[in-house]
Amino acid sequence: MAEGKIIKIAGPVIVAEGMRGSQMYEVVKVGEEGLIGEIIELEGDKATIQVYEETAGMKPGEAVIGTGQPLSVELGPGILKMIYDGIQRPLEVVKEKTGTFITRGVSVPPLDREKKWEFNPTARPGISVTPGDFLGEVQETEVIVHRIMVPPGVKGELVEVASKGSYTVEDTIAVVKTKDGEKKLSMLQRWPVRNGRPYKEKLDPSVPLVTGQRIVDTFFPVAKGGTAAIPGPFGAGKTILGHQLAKWCDAQVFIYIGCGERGNEMTEVLEEFPELEDPTTGKPLMERTVLIANTSNMPVAARDASVYTGITLGEYYRDMGYSVALMADSTSRWAEAMREISGRLEEMPGEEGYPAYLASRLADFYERAGRVVTLGTESREGSLTVVGAVSPPGGDFSEPVTQNTLRITKVFWALDASLADRRHFPAINWLRSYSLYLDSIEGWWKSKVGEDWKELRAKAMALLQKEAELQEIVQLVGPDALPEKERVVLEGARVIREDFLQQNAFHEVDTYCSASKQYTMLQVMLRFYEKALEAVNMGIPAKEIAELEVKDTIAKLKYVPEEEIEGKIKEIKKALEKEITALSQKIEGGI
Amino acid sequence: MPQMKIREYTSVTEVAGPLMVVEGVKGVGYGEVVEIETPSGENRRGQVLEVATDRAVVQVFEGTRGIDTSRTKARFTGETVKLPVSIEMLGRIFDGTGNPIDKGPKIIAEDEYDIHGNPMNPTSREFPRDFIQTGISTIDGMNTLVRGQKLPIFSGSGLPHNELAAQIARQAKVLGKEEEFAVVFAAMGITYEEASYFMRDFERTGALERVTAFLNLADDPAIERIITPRMALTTAEYFAFEHDMHVLVITTDLTNYCEALREIAAARGEVPGRRGYPGYMYTDLATIYERAGRARGAKGTITQMPILTMPDDDITHPIPDLTGYITEGQFVLSRELHRKGIYPPVDVLPSLSRLMKGGIGPGRTREDHANVSDQLYSAYAEGRDLRDLVAVVGEEALTTKDRKFLEFADRFEREFVTQGRDEDRSIETTLSIGWDLLSILPERELKRVKEDYIKKYHPKYKKEAGDG
Repeated sequence: MAEGKIIKIAGPVIVAEGMRGSQMYEVVKVGEEGLIGEIIELEGDKATIQVYEETAGMKPGEAVIGTGQPLSVELGPGILKMIYDGIQRPLEVVKEKTGTFITRGVSVPPLDREKKWEFNPTARPGISVTPGDFLGEVQETEVIVHRIMVPPGVKGELVEVASKGSYTVEDTIAVVKTKDGEKKLSMLQRWPVRNGRPYKEKLDPSVPLVTGQRIVDTFFPVAKGGTAAIPGPFGAGKTILGHQLAKWCDAQVFIYIGCGERGNEMTEVLEEFPELEDPTTGKPLMERTVLIANTSNMPVAARDASVYTGITLGEYYRDMGYSVALMADSTSRWAEAMREISGRLEEMPGEEGYPAYLASRLADFYERAGRVVTLGTESREGSLTVVGAVSPPGGDFSEPVTQNTLRITKVFWALDASLADRRHFPAINWLRSYSLYLDSIEGWWKSKVGEDWKELRAKAMALLQKEAELQEIVQLVGPDALPEKERVVLEGARVIREDFLQQNAFHEVDTYCSASKQYTMLQVMLRFYEKALEAVNMGIPAKEIAELEVKDTIAKLKYVPEEEIEGKIKEIKKALEKEITALSQKIEGGI
Repeated sequence: MPQMKIREYTSVTEVAGPLMVVEGVKGVGYGEVVEIETPSGENRRGQVLEVATDRAVVQVFEGTRGIDTSRTKARFTGETVKLPVSIEMLGRIFDGTGNPIDKGPKIIAEDEYDIHGNPMNPTSREFPRDFIQTGISTIDGMNTLVRGQKLPIFSGSGLPHNELAAQIARQAKVLGKEEEFAVVFAAMGITYEEASYFMRDFERTGALERVTAFLNLADDPAIERIITPRMALTTAEYFAFEHDMHVLVITTDLTNYCEALREIAAARGEVPGRRGYPGYMYTDLATIYERAGRARGAKGTITQMPILTMPDDDITHPIPDLTGYITEGQFVLSRELHRKGIYPPVDVLPSLSRLMKGGIGPGRTREDHANVSDQLYSAYAEGRDLRDLVAVVGEEALTTKDRKFLEFADRFEREFVTQGRDEDRSIETTLSIGWDLLSILPERELKRVKEDYIKKYHPKYKKEAGDG
């Protein structure tokens, strides 16, 4: 292992000499305190190293020691419910050691070495095993069974499996006879974060990730194993939307990466999640969640590591056959970390000072999402969905991070400050957003919810599009200049905008809306529009229609609990008929 | 042989802008403090920005004027920048680097703190929930401030942000509690007049003995501004976490701070980011703003109110933009409202308090607060949209309903937003003004208010109940 000396220090970047024999991305221990760093450039015997902790006070001449290992995470039981920093240090344990503030040089293993887990073997000695095969199970939390797998690279005859009982993560639980001799396996594996974990085959996504957010599920759905981007200026509700996905999406494991974001917001997540109930299991949400917190004032290099740490943990649970969703908030902060390090390296900058490899780094990251057939003798399916928040400076979507992200991700939820200003939440602009998964998940909607989902959606979109065109005219000449029929379009679109697209994350019922409720709501709203259109054709003024009482009932549909929705819909349909008939009689009577 | 802690060199080889390069140095640490003696005998302070085996780049806080490359002495102290802290600092005034300038006695340090602080462990933080009543309707009613929040004022040159900040400092209180509080005031590159406005105001209201001020004025060295806010926040952390005080930190003007940051970056020949500001400005600002908050098990809190003037009133300029991404909302002052003679000219539409929802509601303010605030907001937004429409088509083209919204928007600005510089409104008063205004609108338009609250608080029903 190389042992060198520091010759230059500039913020988080240091240069050491005497480092011949070290590898790119190798982890090194820097200085007297042994701070963790990673080699990011090699030249002769000089290595440039990014340090994951504050470097103040460090001096040239101090030692730098190579570890021979790339930056890796520990994988094994005990990951769920944890709150890690960017380089997988458990923050709760760090707190016990250093108190309220994080001082540097703390070294804590990511997985508890003392804790005993109840191991239940599922493989028998004598069989031959390949990477990905299950050796046994551990009930990691109340809702997730942790499957102990043969790590990649290990293949051969299973000689020994531990019997049912309690073991620590380092105890040997199996022995495999490989062609290089016998290999002892424990429940703990390591994996370098910058490499994707292997799988057999990638599949096309076909099942939506149901989030309970109407504009997402019905209008711009993301598939399990897909990728989505949420760009938005500050104050447009990016964070709240992210929290909503974390709370309600129907993935089995959720990974939340707070990358360079606010401390208090992270705290909100940390305080709120343990109290929230998972709607599908009724257990606390934390039972299926891992949080990675690297707030904006924590060291910048660790911010870069945090997204890789997070996605590697996600891939690990995917390999067990789970559907995993990952939210990275915010990838812009990650890109800025790259820019900062690149600037310190004095690299030739690309667009807006970002390094030229920005696009390829982003692409690498998002490509690690997917629905896959995992390794293992018996095939199983797992998926990893990646949602990346983007914070474009000044809300300008033409900036490099947003643009490069959009080139890769398949779903675009465009947050719009002017909607947020109007308190239209979630402030996703329905005209600018898109989803490329509509066709691939149509089958799911058809078989699980309603035959004509796609038609309904198309009708609603057309209506909204038409409204936008008419609004331009209204801006110029006022609403009175429009013919009656077009006023009804405005009215119909308004119903969809206000009563369907708007959703209150803080209302106990409205915060989550099931797919079938979404479907019935949209159905009844479009029916209202059609009826209104018929009525106008019969000569009823649009103004009268706009004042129908049934509209108020439709507006309150979002607050109706799931179990009462069917009755309410019937009521509305009846009332709609009745009120329109009454109107037309009045008109006829008038004539 | 024991290593000498202080090493003195006269080998300054290069001076450029705020930086100087010292060669032939040994054992210098990154971030170390440097004491500089110019040929004329003047003492300055600096900090190591970059260090190689025998070469150190030093930023000089008091400017490099008078430094030469032959006789200037640079002493490396082996320490990072530390601030001696003491409870005696309350009621005192310091310069931008922490030296007393009020002719008072020297501070006898109880402890020494590294001014860069350490990041708070996210698991140690406690989510801020205590409502701070500022007595200003646009803040309390629409963008509530809570203890431990960082909420900047985005202003423009010529707008009354100082008056507003002073009024907040004067009136801010947590209902039902008498607790120790302190104000830490950091001035960065503001004029003497502006600084003295604050000082006079603190004096007038008798708050001065609870104030610690760090003043770097417009004619003080720009580079000093880099450490002024950190001095202030270090003091605040000491008050909050050692002496259980609730500290309000007012920093003004962050725009000057960022200019200083840019100056250093340019002098070092760094690759510039947007508009010449360095690529690490986000991280740098975060290490200031993120020092607000409250910690589990600690009684004291730090609330930050940075003030910044948006160049050309442009909210997308990198300074307000990056700030907005770190802070928990913003108060935006509007030139248009100011021209109409409205004080405080807070434009509620782009303003936001992200921590509001945790600080309001039953037991904190009132049950209908969230609904009323949402409704006022959306009605005002609609009224403002209609104003634009009226400009094109004339008021005649509007429906009766639309006219109500127009009337609402006008009266909202005149009655809700407008208040006196010494007017301290209770949250009850603020909400009841809100309800009076909402009663202009047809009741069915109050879609964001729960029916129960309408029945309970709408002036119409209140009156009926009173009559009955």
